[in-house]
Amino acid sequence: MSLARAIETGDLTALPSRRDEDWRWTDLRGLVRSLPPASPANDTALPPGPFEDLGESIIKVNGGGPERLAIESGERRIVALRFIAGAGAGAHVARFSVDIADGAELTLLESYEGAGDGYLTEAGMSIDLGRGARLERIVMARDGADAISVSLAEVTLAAGARLAQTILTSGAKRQRLETRVIHPGGGARVRLDGVYRLAERRHADITTLVTHAGVDGATDQLVKGVVHDQARGVFQGRIVVLPGADRTDARMGHHALVLSDRAEVDAKPELEIYADDVACAHGNTVGALDEEALFYARQRGIPEAAAKAMLTEAFLAEVIDRIGHDGARDVAHAWLASRLKAAP
Amino acid sequence: MLSIHDLHVAIDGKVILDGLTLDIPAGEVHAVMGPNGAGKSTLSYALAGRPGYEVTGGSVTLDGDDLLALQPNERAARGLFLSFQHPTEIPGVPALTFIRTALNAQHVARGEPEISAPDFLRRVRAEATALKIDFDMLKRGLNVGFSGGEKKRMEILQMAMLRPRLAILDETDSGLDIDALRIVADGVNAMRSADRAMLVITHHQRLLDYIRPDRVHVLAASRIVASGGPELAHALEAEGYDKYATAA
Repeated sequence: MSLARAIETGDLTALPSRRDEDWRWTDLRGLVRSLPPASPANDTALPPGPFEDLGESIIKVNGGGPERLAIESGERRIVALRFIAGAGAGAHVARFSVDIADGAELTLLESYEGAGDGYLTEAGMSIDLGRGARLERIVMARDGADAISVSLAEVTLAAGARLAQTILTSGAKRQRLETRVIHPGGGARVRLDGVYRLAERRHADITTLVTHAGVDGATDQLVKGVVHDQARGVFQGRIVVLPGADRTDARMGHHALVLSDRAEVDAKPELEIYADDVACAHGNTVGALDEEALFYARQRGIPEAAAKAMLTEAFLAEVIDRIGHDGARDVAHAWLASRLKAAP
Repeated sequence: MLSIHDLHVAIDGKVILDGLTLDIPAGEVHAVMGPNGAGKSTLSYALAGRPGYEVTGGSVTLDGDDLLALQPNERAARGLFLSFQHPTEIPGVPALTFIRTALNAQHVARGEPEISAPDFLRRVRAEATALKIDFDMLKRGLNVGFSGGEKKRMEILQMAMLRPRLAILDETDSGLDIDALRIVADGVNAMRSADRAMLVITHHQRLLDYIRPDRVHVLAASRIVASGGPELAHALEAEGYDKYATAA
């Protein structure tokens, strides 16, 4: 079941539906009644991406473009990888693979950009980290309001590797950003963060699966979201600690603010532990803005809308402050501030 | 300056204040004392406009303006400041950012220019030093992880920065040791002026040894039942509130 297969075969019954447990909150089969035409090749001039000038660029438009990036041992690179649904985009699948050799370092500034409307796309990422390799992956999803968009990244780490990931999204008509990590233990460390800020009728689904397969691995996850209007946020986080993956340290936190009666957040944090001597914890909260803090700020003279924006930004900024790359962190803060101003 | 006439306040339909009348002229410090549950905090929250505190009758004016018609932030911009009994923690918003945002919001509401960053920093440094607040603490989330005494000093710092017309101090002495109490009281006394009124709400007379009130009022059974000079506070400390419990 996948959107990619449906697009490639034209078979709508391949679409995931609410009957698939992992897709029950992000139903595609009920939503997509017919496929739009295949996206045309597109080489028109493109506006600057969100991470412009922070590194070298790789651009994929309507599924076309380069398909592989290799970082050699000893290299340290910063790459902006742009997945663009250009003007006239219909349905397309985009694939890209990243190989980071032993000891190499990559800062991957990945963006999903929708210039057109009503497109249907799946991006498939395959990422391999060698021994002691490092990857900071920052994903900014800026899809159109009528877009249906799925991104699936499959990440494999070797011992001693580091993956630090931050997803930033404002959603789409229906959008899912999924990450699957094979975690070898052996001192490898994973951080899997995310921020969603959704308004109007937008939908975003952040799904992650981390499989700890060896001793001495660590995973730290913090996902925060805010939903307005009739928007819907979905978080599904699963950490599996396989037999023998002893001394695993796994922490998962998901916290969301629901700022409208008609907005919704669905969350399913799961820890499946089959090993011994592990330190695993998860926390999940879904609530409203702190009324005490809101009144306190208003008593000091801050108008209600500004007070709400201030508290909301502070709530989400905790995740953004964990981004390691200075330039990307600045871009993320600016994104947060602009999204907050645009919100009702 | 502040004129409260026949104020009735209910919370969830339950009457808490039942005909409270109180006038505080500019330049004066008035204390409201009373037993627990008499409605002291309700008075401060109703004046500040806290949601859920329903005014069912009476009037409140500040400099002749109808306070009850205004939003909480509008009341603040007119010069009403409440020092909270339990100051709220605001994670992720540094105290400096919070205070500057509040100050500029009040300036904008009053049609005054915003304060520049250097002027703001100069002022806040001076006020923090006077209150023995470590400047680095102002870079942390407001009140997050602060001790009770630090939170109260942070309230007084905000009062000093915002320079209100009317300052309401709700149980400012609660949770303070004697050194912290003296620092806080010095901070309050430094704010006394001919064009500022203060309402000090307290259960104990102790605070009033440091902040000398011009008038003392007893709030018992939902209204003011007695008023007098500073000597009334000492009488209350000696005799307790029992004799007022049935006065209303």
